[in-house]
Amino acid sequence: MSTEAVLIVAAALFGIGVYGALSQQSFVMLMMGLELIINAAFVALVVLWARAAGGNPEGQMLGVVFMTVMAVEMALGFALITGVYRVRRADITEKLRRLKG
Amino acid sequence: MIDDQIVTIVFWIFSAGAIIAGYRVFRTDSMVRAAFYLLASFAAVGGILILLGSEFLGMVLILMMAGEMLIMAIVMVMYMMNPAGLNPMVMVHQNRVAAIAGVVAFLALAGVALAGDFPDKPAPDPPAATRELGVELLGNSMLVFQTAGVTLLATMIGAVALAGHRGRYGAADEGSLEPPLQPDEETEG
Repeated sequence: MSTEAVLIVAAALFGIGVYGALSQQSFVMLMMGLELIINAAFVALVVLWARAAGGNPEGQMLGVVFMTVMAVEMALGFALITGVYRVRRADITEKLRRLKG
Repeated sequence: MIDDQIVTIVFWIFSAGAIIAGYRVFRTDSMVRAAFYLLASFAAVGGILILLGSEFLGMVLILMMAGEMLIMAIVMVMYMMNPAGLNPMVMVHQNRVAAIAGVVAFLALAGVALAGDFPDKPAPDPPAATRELGVELLGNSMLVFQTAGVTLLATMIGAVALAGHRGRYGAADEGSLEPPLQPDEETEG
């Protein structure tokens, strides 16, 4: 389990996330793509923390910040989906041609 | 040495699980199943983090994502058409461009991983690392920790304000229409 191998796994997760975020029409599926991207960044962060940075505690602190970002993204994403659905009955991106509510 | 080999084998199992489950998220007909595939991917990534010695972050990731994916499955069932995946369904746009972008992103990052020269300073044992994180959370990095907490609180308030029934300019669903009979009919707010 070398640093390079873990980074390549992270790159694969990132690539899948980019594909999902760009290709999916459904809002929730799009958010799943974004989650996979953050997940990949998380793996890369932790392997560099464990193998290259000597395991200093500040590295894990950054991981806690990453998790906060994930939670914020999910919560605000769901809230926006709810708001958009109330006003527009839209559940896919193609239904939102205008931002004006 | 035999321990190292076992760790490597387990790592590759988790890696294959994370990548295959992550891919299946966008290839399954059922949106609820997609949420659970994503949960499987996150659980495998949590396993990788634990193997790397970051036990605390790995366990927290699994716990957090288990709750988050259940909420995601409920949101799917509430809002999305065809959540159960009874019919085959492809809901993608610009599929080719997106696939190319994904492959290019993977190749570029993998190239960086292979070409880069990373310093070799292994982390201490997991229990020591977890203890250090705890001391750090309530010591030097307490400001970061508290800021994350306040950010989450602000997010909760913002999410309630955005999703609440009464919006800033009156009732949130004011002027909204019944779901149209034609699925593709343009609805104007």
